[in-house]
Amino acid sequence: MAARLSDEQLARNFADIAPPLTNDAALLEANTCLFCHDAPCTIACPTHIDVPAFIKKIASGNLRGSARVILDVNPFGHSCARACPVDVLCEGACVLNDRDEQPIKIALLQRHATDYVLEKKLKLFEPGKRTGKRVAIVGAGPAGLACARDLRRHGHEVTVFESQSQPGGLNTYGIAEYKLKADVALAEAQDILDLGVELRVGITIGRDIPFEKLLTEYDAVFVGVGLGSTKQLGIPGEDLPGVIDALTFIEHLKTHPYRETPVGRQVVVIGAGNTAIDAVTQAKRLGAASATIVYRRGEADMPCYHYEYELAKRDGCGFRFNAAPQRVLGNGAVAGLEVRTTSGTETIPCDMVIVAIGQGARTELSWPKNHPKVFSGGDCANGGAEIVNAAAEGVAAAKQIHQRLTNG
Amino acid sequence: MADLKTNFAGIESPNPFWLASGPPTNTYGQVAKAFDQGWGGAVWKTIGEPIINVFSRYGSVDLGQTRMMGFNNIELITDRPTPENLKEIAEVKRNYPKHAVIASLMVESKREAWHQMVKQTQDTGADGIELNFGCPHGMSERGMGSAVGQVPDYTCQIVEWVKEVATIPVIVKLTPNVTDITYIARAAVKGGADALSLINTINSIVGVDLSTFEPQPSVAGKSSHGGYCGPAVKPIALHLVSAVAADASVKIPISGIGGIASWRDAAEFIALGAGSVQVCTAVMHYGFRIVEDLIDGLSNWMDERGHRTLADVRGRALPRVAKWEDLDLNYHLLAHIDQDKCIKCELCWTACEDGAHQAIRRLPRNNGGGGPGGPVVEIIEEACVGCNLCAAVCPVQDCITMERVPNDYPAVSWKDYAAGKGQLAPRSSEFHTARGAPRRK
Repeated sequence: MAARLSDEQLARNFADIAPPLTNDAALLEANTCLFCHDAPCTIACPTHIDVPAFIKKIASGNLRGSARVILDVNPFGHSCARACPVDVLCEGACVLNDRDEQPIKIALLQRHATDYVLEKKLKLFEPGKRTGKRVAIVGAGPAGLACARDLRRHGHEVTVFESQSQPGGLNTYGIAEYKLKADVALAEAQDILDLGVELRVGITIGRDIPFEKLLTEYDAVFVGVGLGSTKQLGIPGEDLPGVIDALTFIEHLKTHPYRETPVGRQVVVIGAGNTAIDAVTQAKRLGAASATIVYRRGEADMPCYHYEYELAKRDGCGFRFNAAPQRVLGNGAVAGLEVRTTSGTETIPCDMVIVAIGQGARTELSWPKNHPKVFSGGDCANGGAEIVNAAAEGVAAAKQIHQRLTNG
Repeated sequence: MADLKTNFAGIESPNPFWLASGPPTNTYGQVAKAFDQGWGGAVWKTIGEPIINVFSRYGSVDLGQTRMMGFNNIELITDRPTPENLKEIAEVKRNYPKHAVIASLMVESKREAWHQMVKQTQDTGADGIELNFGCPHGMSERGMGSAVGQVPDYTCQIVEWVKEVATIPVIVKLTPNVTDITYIARAAVKGGADALSLINTINSIVGVDLSTFEPQPSVAGKSSHGGYCGPAVKPIALHLVSAVAADASVKIPISGIGGIASWRDAAEFIALGAGSVQVCTAVMHYGFRIVEDLIDGLSNWMDERGHRTLADVRGRALPRVAKWEDLDLNYHLLAHIDQDKCIKCELCWTACEDGAHQAIRRLPRNNGGGGPGGPVVEIIEEACVGCNLCAAVCPVQDCITMERVPNDYPAVSWKDYAAGKGQLAPRSSEFHTARGAPRRK
């Protein structure tokens, strides 16, 4: 086990990696925005937030109006402000990259505006006039709750089924702690539930309730169940204690005091996607002496975002490329990882292995893909993407469902 | 190195940069420090019967993150006794004999009062007197300041009284709060003024506190209109300086005042006829130290342009200030967008489309103009009236430029054209936007 860090050190290690802007900094940034027409940042955003509009409202001191511009089209504006890959979306598209060599800090401005409504507990939206139509939503992650929020604004009755004990999906359980904390994710979810959404937790559709029952009892069903558990490596030693999948590791970290999450002294993370980065950085931040990504292909093949790679390097994480795991060594505990490299077989000493090679599909539930009453969105439909994609798909589905329920 | 030595109506100073009468010239300590840092002259904070100021005196207008783009005050003249001010003026002059020290005066509109004040002032050794006929707030309610400067006869009368006893140059400071400043300027000349200074501050309310509905600056819940100054007023001051400088019956030197914060501002005032320039708000904002770049920038610019002395620059822009009716109607311009510099904000498009002449065409961002990376805006040449708006809103330096469209027609002014002389070069029929715009879409 790793040497235990003090609670203070752990708190520092998991503090917001992008701390909120001060009022002055927000105004400076907001006043730097050019207020582009047909703005590339807005085009780049999957939810098409009118970025120049919300930024000008910050500049004018209209924070409530600013937050409404954001949350109107993206019910997950709070978590997106913290966890969106803005480098490849809005900020990457900012025209100032070509003038000042740096974009407007759109994510931090979005956080500035949306934090205001969280802080003041402002209710920006109201349920619509009751239609008498009922919609079941499977999964209380960003896709499901985004869909629920807009359906409530249209006045439809919404029941959300969630297998976990808390709403929010991966926002609550799976985003790196230094980006998004569970209390923000839960507050954001609660804001949606407060519109009169019925949430039924601890129920797994397909196991506790058959999917067909939803079809008979509701006017429409939205499926936003996300993906299933992390894929298996399929190598010997995988069952040893000390081998853990990344999502379980992160979920534990996010649902317990930091010091209660076990971490090895020498940690190896298998995989090189964004979840692998979340795992390796957090292992390091928990106090691992070394935390190393082991990836079967080369540096250029890594599926993670470039800025995530940079972050892991800044955190002091190691990288072993072109090293294909062959088996986990150890007797009753992890002692090393045997990998095949271009120059033969090699053993990487370690006492913990975190597996982050992607999630499989949900196994407990299947749903008809072409049924007129059935809609879907989020990771289960797109194969695994960002919060902002899930939110956009949930919102789009709500629009389709509303059309069907009111015209059909 | 350019020679910045200034002789203004006989008042000499090492450079044209004077502190304007105001809070920065309130005491010996301030003025001495300013001279040590390089200021060429100082017009002392207006002396008169000491007044009592209110608490909270200044109001600011910010523009985005720029503080004090505009500034106003409801401060009155000096609140220090006259003997104290005069003693310190004498001391400054004794210790800084080569710098210009000018006393700003404001007393009751009585001949005796002016005589007495002028005589006392001259005893200090001051280089000149500036008559404050400009302050628009407070003192004007008591029949002084702009109450004098807004009436040509009063202006002339008091200048005459002052000149009866004055042995040093008399500068009359003009208020901009009049319909035509040249009437007042002429009245000052008629009274015998040796020079003019302008502008004093502009009547203003800088804002209203929306939680209390108190106008700003607030004094126990109320405010009074105050004098507006700072960078925001520079264009107004430039115009008024040029109007007075161009007036054939005003042949006396002009000290330019109004929003001067950089050497460029100063050079513009000088080019429009100012013999010296006075600065207040910029010093209130950044301190006396700004004079270093005022001097350095002006002299570098003069060196680069080959101007040896201020006389080489003074009034150089004046012949180019014309009546509208004398402007050439056959001078045609067209906006040009440098697509390599364009960052694709489309501000020019939205400005031209909604705010001007619908002369920019927008191309689809991702598939227009040669695919991603291609242009997103282009000038509709037949509709462009060369108005400058797109160039003004463009956030990239030199990206949009206005280019001359040559034609074979000789210049023709409206005055000539209306008199049946000269010929207009042909203009595009697409200029008539109400008709043209929908067709271009």
